[in-house]
Amino acid sequence: MSKVDFTKYETTGFYDEMFKDTNDVRPSYEKFKGRLEKLSKNKLQFLQHATDRAQLSLGMTFNVYNDNQGVERILHLDIIPRIISGNDWDMLAKGLEQRIVALNMFINDIYNEQRSLKDNIIPKELVLSSAGYLKECVGLRPPENVWSHISGTDLIRGDDGNFYVLEDNLRCPSGVSYMLENREILKRTFPEVFEKLNVRPVHDYTHHLRDMLESLTKESPASIAVLTPGIYNSAYFEHAYLAQQMGAELVEGRDLVVKNDFVYMNTTKGLQRVHVIYRRVDDDFIDPLVFNKDSMLGTAGLFEAYRKGNVVLVNAPGAGVADDKAIYAYIPRLIKYYLGEEVLLPNIKTYICGEKDDCKYVLENIHTLVVKQTDGSGGYGMLIGPKSTKKECDEFLVKIKNNPRNYIAQPMINLSRVPTLTDDTIEGRHVDLRPYCLYGKDIKIVPGALTRVALTKGSLVVNSSQGGGSKDTWVLDSKTKK
Amino acid sequence: MLSRVANTMYWMNRYIERAENYARFMDVNFNLSLESQPNAEEQWKPLVVITGDWPLYQSLYETVNKNNVIYFLGFDPQNQNSIYSCITQARENARSIRPEITKEVWEQINAIYFFVKDGLEKKRWKNNDPRMFFKKIKENCQLLYGILDATISRNDGWHFGKIGQLIERADKTSRVMDVKYHILLTTHQEVGGPLDLMQWAALLKSVSAYDMYRKKYGKLTAVNISEFLILDKRFPRSMLCCLIHAEKSLQEITGNTGGFSNEAEKQLGKLKSELEFIEIGDVFESGLHEYLDEFQKRLNAVSLGLYNSFFAAQAQTQIQQ
Repeated sequence: MSKVDFTKYETTGFYDEMFKDTNDVRPSYEKFKGRLEKLSKNKLQFLQHATDRAQLSLGMTFNVYNDNQGVERILHLDIIPRIISGNDWDMLAKGLEQRIVALNMFINDIYNEQRSLKDNIIPKELVLSSAGYLKECVGLRPPENVWSHISGTDLIRGDDGNFYVLEDNLRCPSGVSYMLENREILKRTFPEVFEKLNVRPVHDYTHHLRDMLESLTKESPASIAVLTPGIYNSAYFEHAYLAQQMGAELVEGRDLVVKNDFVYMNTTKGLQRVHVIYRRVDDDFIDPLVFNKDSMLGTAGLFEAYRKGNVVLVNAPGAGVADDKAIYAYIPRLIKYYLGEEVLLPNIKTYICGEKDDCKYVLENIHTLVVKQTDGSGGYGMLIGPKSTKKECDEFLVKIKNNPRNYIAQPMINLSRVPTLTDDTIEGRHVDLRPYCLYGKDIKIVPGALTRVALTKGSLVVNSSQGGGSKDTWVLDSKTKK
Repeated sequence: MLSRVANTMYWMNRYIERAENYARFMDVNFNLSLESQPNAEEQWKPLVVITGDWPLYQSLYETVNKNNVIYFLGFDPQNQNSIYSCITQARENARSIRPEITKEVWEQINAIYFFVKDGLEKKRWKNNDPRMFFKKIKENCQLLYGILDATISRNDGWHFGKIGQLIERADKTSRVMDVKYHILLTTHQEVGGPLDLMQWAALLKSVSAYDMYRKKYGKLTAVNISEFLILDKRFPRSMLCCLIHAEKSLQEITGNTGGFSNEAEKQLGKLKSELEFIEIGDVFESGLHEYLDEFQKRLNAVSLGLYNSFFAAQAQTQIQQ
C-alpha cells in the first residue's frame, strides 16, 4: 500500500508553513512529517473520516441560513495541523497584547475625552461616521475601562514570511470552540505525535474566560450568563459549548427580564439576578428599546441596566467602532500615540476610499487590489481585483464612487499555505490565523488559535460561510523534546 | 433553573419516551401479525387510532396496510408524533439545553437521531422485517436512560425530565390498553377465546410487562392484566406507578410533601389518589375505554398545570434573594 509522500508537494510561489522548499522541511514540522510518512494513504483518509464522524457526534454543526431542508454542516477539520514555532508565537503574543491594550484605550477615549480626535491622530468625521460608533455609549466607562474583553484578531503570513494583522474582531469573534474541540479530536488522531512534540495546551481557555468574566463584577458568587440568539444561529454550538464549559447559564433574550434596571432570569423558582452577560448577540439586537426595534433576540431595558452599572455586558456595546476597516488603517498611529511604542504586528497597507488621494489610487488600480466594505465581515461584500472580471470591478467602481466612506482597499496578499488533505493527495491551501485574547484585569492569550483554511484550490477566502475549513493549531514550546 | 430549560427538559424526555413506546408497539404488532391472520386493516388500524392521529392518517393515506402504518408511525415527518419526528424534536430540545446535559447524553441522543435519519433515508419501512430497526431504537433509548441515570445529578432538571418521562409513559400504557377496545370494535371476536388471549399477551409484551405479570398473577385474564397495568404500585410502566414517581419528583422540586402549593401538584396529586383508591372492578363497571379516555384527559390537565406553575414566562414572579 502506498505511503504518504511529499516528494511531489508543490511549494513554489507561496510561503509554505511546512516546507522551505520541496523536501526541505521546516524544523517545527520535522517530527510530524516523520510520523505522516509512516502512514499509508488509506490510513490517512481513514483518520480524516474519523474526525468528520467525531465532529458530527459532538454536534459541531451549524445550520445553513434560509435552508428549508435544515441541512446541517460541519466545519471541515483538516487533520494536518498548522504548527507554529515557539519563537514565532512569543513574538505574536507580544504584538497582540500591545494591540489590544491600545485599541481598548482608543475605544475608551473616543467615548470619553476624545483626546485622539482633538490631537488629530485620526479624523473625527471618520470615527463619528463609523457604523460601529454608538452615540448611546458616550460617557460610559465599563469595568477596568476595557471595552473588548474577548477579541479574535485575524492574522496572515505573507510571502515574506512575516505576520500581518488583517482585522481585529473586537465585537463577537467566534471560533474559539473549534480551537478547543479541534485539539481534542487531533489528540485522538495523532496521539504519538503529541507525545513527541511539546505542544502547548489550550484546554484552560474556558477557565480563564470564567475568571475574566467574574473579575468584572464585585458580586460574589457571580451569576454569569451566555446570551445566544438561539439554536438557529450558526455559532450556536459554540455558545452552548462555552456556557457548558464555564458552568454558566445559557440564556436567550426571552429568558431575561429587566425590573427596576436590574436584569433577571426567568426560573422555575422565580426571578434570579444576572451580574455578567457574555452576549453573543450583536449590538443592534440587544435591546429593542434602544437599538433595532424589531429585534426579537434581545431584552427590553437591558441597555439601561447596563448604563446604570447593574449588569456587565461583554463585550461592551460600542466596541465595534474599532473594527471599522477604515479606522484599522490608523491603528499603528494610535499605538504610537497611546503607548509611545512602535507597532509590533504590522498592518497591511490600506487605502481609505474616503480620502481623496487614496480613492484616486483605488479607482485607477482596482484590478490589482482587494476592496472591502468598512463595516463588512464574513468575507461578504468584498472584491478580489486580480481574480475578478472587468464587469465585477466596474460594479465596485460605481459602489465606491457612490459611497467612498464605506470602502477601503488593500494590495492582494498571498496568504501562506499549509499542506492539506484533498480527495486523493496532499496539496497546499491558503490559511489565516485567529488567536483569542482575554482582557479583564490582565491579558491572557492562550497559546493556540483557529487556523482557517480555504479548501478550494487557489482560493484566498477562508471564511466558513464561503467554503472554508479549519485546522488544529499547534504552538510548540520554545524547547522541543528530543 | 430557567423556566424555558425546565420546559425543554420535560419535553425532551417525553419525546424520547414516546419514540421508545412507538417502537415497542410496532415490534409487538408486527409479531402479532405473523401469528394471527386477520386482515391488515384490523391488525394495524387500532395502532393508529390509539395514538390519536387517525384523522391525520386518513388525510394522508387511502388505505390501511402494514407499510403505510409503519411509515406513518415510524418515519413520516408529516406526523409530528412519528418516531422520526419525536427523535428530531428531542434532539433539537437537547441542543437548546446542551449545557444542562452531559456530553454522553448529548452524544447518545445525537446517535439515535442519526440512526433514525438513516432509517428514513434507507426506507427501512419497506424492509420485509423491520423489527430489527425498531428493536435498535428501543435499545438505544434504553441506553440513553442508563446514561441519564448514571451521569445526571438529581437536580430540578433531572426531576422535570423524570416527570415528563413518567407522564408520557402513563399515557402510553393507557393508550395501548385501549387497543383491545378498538380491536373488539372491529372484529366481534369471542371474548376469552385463543385470539383474545393472544392479544392480551401481546399487549403485555408491548409494554414489556409480560414477565413481571406472569410472576405476579400466573394466569392471563383481562381483569388481572388491566389491574396490573393500571393499578400496580410496583411495576414501573403501570399508570399508578408512573404517577407515584412523578409526584415524588414534583415534591423534590417544590420541597412540598403534604397537600399542594400549585396547580401542577393539585392535578397530579388528585389523579394519583384516585387511582390509589379505586378497584379494578370499579374501572370495568364504568367501562374500561371510558376510564382510560378520562385518564388521558386528566393527564393533559397535569401537563397544563406544570406549564402554568413552572414553564410559562414569569410563572413565578418573586425575586430570589
